[in-house]
Amino acid sequence: MRLSELREGESATIEHVGGDLRLRRRILEMGLVKGTRVRVEKYAPLKDPLELVARGIHLSLRVEEAEHIRVEKVD
Amino acid sequence: MAPRRLTIALAGNPNAGKTSVFNHLTGTRQKVGNWPGVTVEKKEGHIRRGDREITVVDLPGTYSLTPFSLEEVIARNYLLDERPDVVIAVIDATNLERSLYLATQIRELDCKVLFALNMADMARARGLIIDGRKLAQLLDVPVVFTVANRGEGMEALLEEAIRLAESETPPDRSRRVKYSRDLEEAIGRLAGFLAARLGDRLAWLPRWTAVKLLEDDEIVKQRLVAAAPDEARAVLQAAAALRRHLAERYDEDPQIVLTDERYGFIAGIVREVQRSDARRRVDVSRNIDLVLTHRFLGFPIFLFFIWAMFELTFTLGEAPVGWIEAAVEAAARAAQAVLPEGPLRGLVADGIIAGVGSVLKFLPNILILFFCIALFEDTGYMARTAFLMDRIMHLIGLHGKSFIPMLMGFGCNVPAVMAARTLESPRDRILTILITPFMSCSAKLPVYVVLAGAFFGERAGSVIFGLYLLGILLSILTGRLLRSTLLAGGDAPFVMELPPYRMPMAKSLLIHMWDRSRVFLRKMGGTILLGSVIVWALSSFPQVPATAPGGAPDAGVEAWSGAPGTEGSRALQVRESYLGRLGRAVAPVFAPLGIEWREAVALLSGFVAKEIVVSTLGVLHAVGEEGEGGDTLGRALSSSGMTPLAALSMMVFVLLYLPCLATTTAIRRETGSTRWMLFSIAYNTAVAWIVSFAVYQGGRALGYA
Repeated sequence: MRLSELREGESATIEHVGGDLRLRRRILEMGLVKGTRVRVEKYAPLKDPLELVARGIHLSLRVEEAEHIRVEKVD
Repeated sequence: MAPRRLTIALAGNPNAGKTSVFNHLTGTRQKVGNWPGVTVEKKEGHIRRGDREITVVDLPGTYSLTPFSLEEVIARNYLLDERPDVVIAVIDATNLERSLYLATQIRELDCKVLFALNMADMARARGLIIDGRKLAQLLDVPVVFTVANRGEGMEALLEEAIRLAESETPPDRSRRVKYSRDLEEAIGRLAGFLAARLGDRLAWLPRWTAVKLLEDDEIVKQRLVAAAPDEARAVLQAAAALRRHLAERYDEDPQIVLTDERYGFIAGIVREVQRSDARRRVDVSRNIDLVLTHRFLGFPIFLFFIWAMFELTFTLGEAPVGWIEAAVEAAARAAQAVLPEGPLRGLVADGIIAGVGSVLKFLPNILILFFCIALFEDTGYMARTAFLMDRIMHLIGLHGKSFIPMLMGFGCNVPAVMAARTLESPRDRILTILITPFMSCSAKLPVYVVLAGAFFGERAGSVIFGLYLLGILLSILTGRLLRSTLLAGGDAPFVMELPPYRMPMAKSLLIHMWDRSRVFLRKMGGTILLGSVIVWALSSFPQVPATAPGGAPDAGVEAWSGAPGTEGSRALQVRESYLGRLGRAVAPVFAPLGIEWREAVALLSGFVAKEIVVSTLGVLHAVGEEGEGGDTLGRALSSSGMTPLAALSMMVFVLLYLPCLATTTAIRRETGSTRWMLFSIAYNTAVAWIVSFAVYQGGRALGYA
């Protein structure tokens, strides 16, 4: 599934980061590499962007950007 | 013996505490400027140690050395070209992996690197324990523990940096990132090829250059071609072939593979040096965020903070602004008393003192505004405002961070334009700067008050509110227009860190505030001074003898021209001056907008500062100082034949036309380009003319006179 499909409080492991090269590299460089565990902390009041926690860091990402990230949900 | 010179560069992620380290190392002996050709702030500090003169350079905060953002390019070019004696990589202990991602890249450049392992206390509070000795051993890098915001470990850091800078042993090249076999093979082959083909002409390490070529790094490619055009072609061909081979082998772009593997290498190190304590304490920052970015409470709280910021800026600033105005007036009077009658007196009192005063009086507002901004930034709230507003700003093709500068535009465009610095992408920054002047600044308000008050009576408030809305509407339209034309391309990816909330340090806040205000004072003061002198000269020459008869009889002037030394002679002076002549010369341009020559002159003089529009109207309609901004001027305007429709057209023009002198100077400075400044002047004025034309002619067509 896509990262953007996760609901608040749900966790997942990153499988693949897609999108254009620049965006992909940006996302990877912020530490969201394959195998990283992420948790969706919350969505902004207007439902976009979303905040996620990875390696103890809080990051924000637009929903359209999160659509490019394929994840596997962890229960 | 000549003093030994050493250069220490500070590198690190944003929010890693780099600025604190810099402030504590250098104290107040700092020099703030810009990096050549760009508007990214460059900070330098100087320290003396024995016979050593040490320069500390604060590199822009970055997450990587990929040449994507301006900051990254600057940081990397500095390390490559200026070759500092030692680089201190500020490592955020609470965020070891990402900090090491940057630090290992610096290490790959073959610089002498020293780690300042910062905020280990915070890491420990979160249950993370880091073995500094092990880290030092694994990467062959000296590690110093620091708590920069309390100044701990600074002395040891400086000593270690000096020792490392002066040591003869080169860094151990075997302790660098190791990639997987196929990558290492490709790197090895390309590096060998580079060394053989280019030899001494290769300014950088062959291995590093090879890695960058495999990443398809545009800057490295360009510089290689510039250094050795013939050989570079062969090298680039070889690199392209290897890239294709690797892409096939990994089924992925080599850039991505290299990034992935760097993180893999780092993950291995982190596993060995960091222990995680299972007993995690409560995350205070997270609790704060639960409230501040709460679904329902987030926006009201945000609005409250913004309101509080404006309230502080303009109410708290009111008194000191008054003092400065009084002091300026007193200085002007003193100059008038001391200097003999003549052009010199006018130049000093009306030109220089009044001109400088017109800038100086904004200082209290600017100090307070920048203090608030520094508070937002240092606590970490700024990132949250971007988080809250991004959805809305994205509709105009802008980043959430554009909101604050635009909002500040309602106060004063000068700090607003300067606040656009918080935007990372140059394109976003320029776009934000260009639409900010449509936010109706507080200096335009007196013009609206006079005109709307005189012509719209009870509906004045609604008219003024409508003007503000019109400004916002045009900023949105302009944003969309520019985004699809001159500044095309998507806005920067929003991937942004939401740093933990921190208690701001008074020292850092004050340094932040003063740095920016100082820039305002110095640069604006110079240009404003020159501009005011020019406008003064244009309105004072050629000089009309006080008793000379007027030119063509004019309703407003005629009644007064007989009384020398009164308002009448002032009106006559301005009317017959170059500025007056200019106003009458351009009057035909303004005629279709319902704006006659006196208003045109006022608009021209408004370039210095928008408030001057009112005082110039006062002079030209000969109502005198006490009448300015009051009913007298309004009555004079109606009796001169201005209609409510013409007044509305005039207000629309004032709202939209070219930004004031201080703002245009700020635009030039912050965009780093005279062309963007000229664009802003031309575009805004054109928009103003078109909209005013539509208002006036449309109104007439609808039967309003």
